Amino acid sequence: MAAEIEFAAVPIKVTVNGVKHEAVVEPRTLLVYFLREHLNLTGAHVGCDTSQCGACTIQLNGRAVKSCTILAVQANEAEITTVEGLAREGVLHPVQEGFREKHGLQCGYCTPGMIMTAVSLLETNPNPTEEEIRHGLEGNLCRCTGYINIVESIRWAAEKMGGKNVSR
Amino acid sequence: MTTDHTPTGLIGASIRRVEDPVLVAGKGCYVDDIQLPGMLYLAFLRTTYPHAKIISINTNAAKAMAGVLAVVTGEDVKQLNIPVAPMVQDQKIPPHPLLARGAVHEAGVAVAAVVAQSRALAQDAAGAIEVEYEALPSVIDAEKALEPGAPLAREELNSNICYVATKKGGDVDTAFAQAEHICRMHIASPRQVALAIEPRGIVVKPEPTGDLTVWLSTQAPHRVRGDLATALGFPEHKIRVIAPDVGGGFGSKGPLYREYVLACHLALKLGRPIKWIATRSEDFVTTIQGRDQAMTSELALKKDGTILGLKVRVVANLGAYLYSSTAGPPQRMMGMAPGSYQIQNCHVEVVAVFTNTTPTGPYRGAGRPESVLNIERLIDKAAKELGLDRLAMRRKNFIRPEQFPYKTGVGVEYDSGDYEKSLAEAMRLSDYDKLIRERDAARGRGELVGVGVSTFVEPSGGAGFESGTVRVERTGEITVLTGSSSHGQGHETSYAQVIADKMHVSMDHVAIRHGDTLAIQQGVGTFGSRSMVMGGGSMTLAAERVIQKARRIAAHLVEAAPEDMMQADGGFAVAGVPEKKVTWRQIAAAAYGGRVPPGMEPGLQETVFFDPRREAWGFGAHVAMVRIDRETGKPTIEKLVLVDDCGVIINPMIVEGQVHGGVAQGLGEALREQMLFGEEGQALTGTLMNYAVMRAGDMPHLTVGETITPNPFNPLGVKGVGEAGTNGAPPAVANAMMDALAPLGIDHIDMPYTAPKLWEAIRQAERRPAARS
Repeated sequence: MAAEIEFAAVPIKVTVNGVKHEAVVEPRTLLVYFLREHLNLTGAHVGCDTSQCGACTIQLNGRAVKSCTILAVQANEAEITTVEGLAREGVLHPVQEGFREKHGLQCGYCTPGMIMTAVSLLETNPNPTEEEIRHGLEGNLCRCTGYINIVESIRWAAEKMGGKNVSR
Repeated sequence: MTTDHTPTGLIGASIRRVEDPVLVAGKGCYVDDIQLPGMLYLAFLRTTYPHAKIISINTNAAKAMAGVLAVVTGEDVKQLNIPVAPMVQDQKIPPHPLLARGAVHEAGVAVAAVVAQSRALAQDAAGAIEVEYEALPSVIDAEKALEPGAPLAREELNSNICYVATKKGGDVDTAFAQAEHICRMHIASPRQVALAIEPRGIVVKPEPTGDLTVWLSTQAPHRVRGDLATALGFPEHKIRVIAPDVGGGFGSKGPLYREYVLACHLALKLGRPIKWIATRSEDFVTTIQGRDQAMTSELALKKDGTILGLKVRVVANLGAYLYSSTAGPPQRMMGMAPGSYQIQNCHVEVVAVFTNTTPTGPYRGAGRPESVLNIERLIDKAAKELGLDRLAMRRKNFIRPEQFPYKTGVGVEYDSGDYEKSLAEAMRLSDYDKLIRERDAARGRGELVGVGVSTFVEPSGGAGFESGTVRVERTGEITVLTGSSSHGQGHETSYAQVIADKMHVSMDHVAIRHGDTLAIQQGVGTFGSRSMVMGGGSMTLAAERVIQKARRIAAHLVEAAPEDMMQADGGFAVAGVPEKKVTWRQIAAAAYGGRVPPGMEPGLQETVFFDPRREAWGFGAHVAMVRIDRETGKPTIEKLVLVDDCGVIINPMIVEGQVHGGVAQGLGEALREQMLFGEEGQALTGTLMNYAVMRAGDMPHLTVGETITPNPFNPLGVKGVGEAGTNGAPPAVANAMMDALAPLGIDHIDMPYTAPKLWEAIRQAERRPAARS
């Protein structure tokens, strides 16, 4: 059997969904794989290799970021929220609730990324027009829904949140 | 059959999906989410040549890399192939090895594979393999592949033709001899990528017992298990295939793919679990693609628009290698060539062709969209040539409700329908006459605006049987096992509605289980709009058998006659004495506790393998209004009205979602999406950077309507709907585009209608002085 893998280990510290983590990663590890394979937070999905699909979207220091576009080491000292961190004590975030209420998902693969993008969108623009929602989703692909009910889901959430910037 | 069924309100209710709380929380489990101790990773070296001889492969550097456990080439696994069952008589089936042997026949084919301790190491090692090729001439376009002197896509064959199949009905020669007009057309359907957002993937684990557990992103776990057993020469009953959450499929996740067989083979060999997840770029060039059929047609007509006969020649591009389902779409095209019309004199020929491209196969519609596009464009073109109203011409030739079951000229029987009804509803919803007035006004202003209509049929079900088991557990809760596994269709919700309704329980008393060959009896899978027709049908019949047995047990418990036991909320009650009730829990306790009527077998579980022996033909009509910017060629869908008839609707929210998704893919085909290969055969649109999938901002507003014509041949009265949008929307848009361009004298452009293509056509037309308007 071949020798065990050796690589230059880089220590990082991140706070994910309010929990502090210290880890040692290979420098080339993408943030999405760090989240998925080191922290077992598999909500962020990998749907492409060109940063087009947005299935891996998370929040990094409060902004929606495609976690396949940055390395884990670049996230050192960052505050990260993944889709797993949106619900509070078993209560879904209004955007998550909206996706269920308005049938904004079918296979569910793009959904965590869509939801994270929508959460960020509503944080910066609590009362978006339909056009603003569609523009906001430009970096997220869905092949099941035709986006129609995703837009409806986000509108539902915006209404539920009272058009206010709800920092959670 | 139960006779005392009273509506519970569940059928036809937009119940929120039971799948969603898990999925919106990011707690779904897709194949790539599975991590096993000691798991290894598989990666491939893929060729970029569409056609080349392999001169040498040097794996030494890869083998020497730390963390690499295996490097294999075609010679190492030469006993292993993808099994292909012939679908058509005299079909040529060239070898389909797991890794290229001697030559490569499409860009993307794997030449070598590496197993290593991490995903990155495996990819690094694959990149360290050196291959020397000698390029061979390649052929990409199927019609060009038929020209004399065209390069051979598969050099081991003597021509590029895989098979020629024909279907003939009536007297075509006489029909054409008597024709007062013949409308001729050539049209090509653009090659499409299914593009499920979850790429394909597998995790396989050899068990200490000698069994093999396989987690697979598949639409058909049972079918794939059978094929896997055949491919590996491994006993099927020792393989457990689990389809966990599957991130979309659209037909493309039906087959057994090479990587799956190789992963299993290497896992068995190394005695370790192996994971392989396609990168998006790999997925593009290895997963079966759709459409790519070119149709040449002649429609024989009387001057009043009566269709006398139809001839179609279909050239279908199969790509370089065959899967069992590769011939599916052209065969389906052939069987649907007459569309919604009474055409008895019919001759359809399919020429299926090998090219040096990614294999094709079923993609949402799978031959249906090609046939609908062909006949609907033909009707419009013929009406225009004859100076007739295109709607009147459709109505004149529609198969009429009283003619069902109706056998078409190609020998296919349509079960039921009322095509006039859905067309009328689409006219009403779109305010068609007003659209025409608006178009004419716009046209008067020199604007390019068009209105198009399509009517279509959508066969669903089929592909043999589907299985359903209904089991009442000891506590009275109900487990349903279905061979139809979900990959986004919401089976766990719609099926629970069906069973809860049948058995008069609340939905939370019903659990729908699917996608695990260990737990589920033999089944087929989910494709071809078949789930509610076949899966729903089989479990409904199983539920009826359980109800029959339960009725007898209930009667036994209260010492009444079975015929006096009526279904009541949560169980049964004696007719006229509603307080004399027996709950499912009491019935189950008796069934498993030895208190069944004398001679009755204990237990409360029934399984039905359902094969209705006929397909369910849904139908519909779509209306589109488009505007083309004269200066830029940019098309805009101004209105899109969709009326589908899928019989009884179980969950309108889910059905509408299916229509939305189908339309989005149909509009992608009509407006943007096309898999292109360069002259040298390399994939030009092989990533999401350049394949123009529909985005949120590209979708127009839809008006979704329905008519409901219950299916008389199905226990639930249902027909399929999943492919309606991909069938109806593209021809409606195509007809609208050609209507918009008619004032310029343009009568044909193939999809997709991209701005550059339209711009070029408009410029060319404007250079012709006569066409200036």
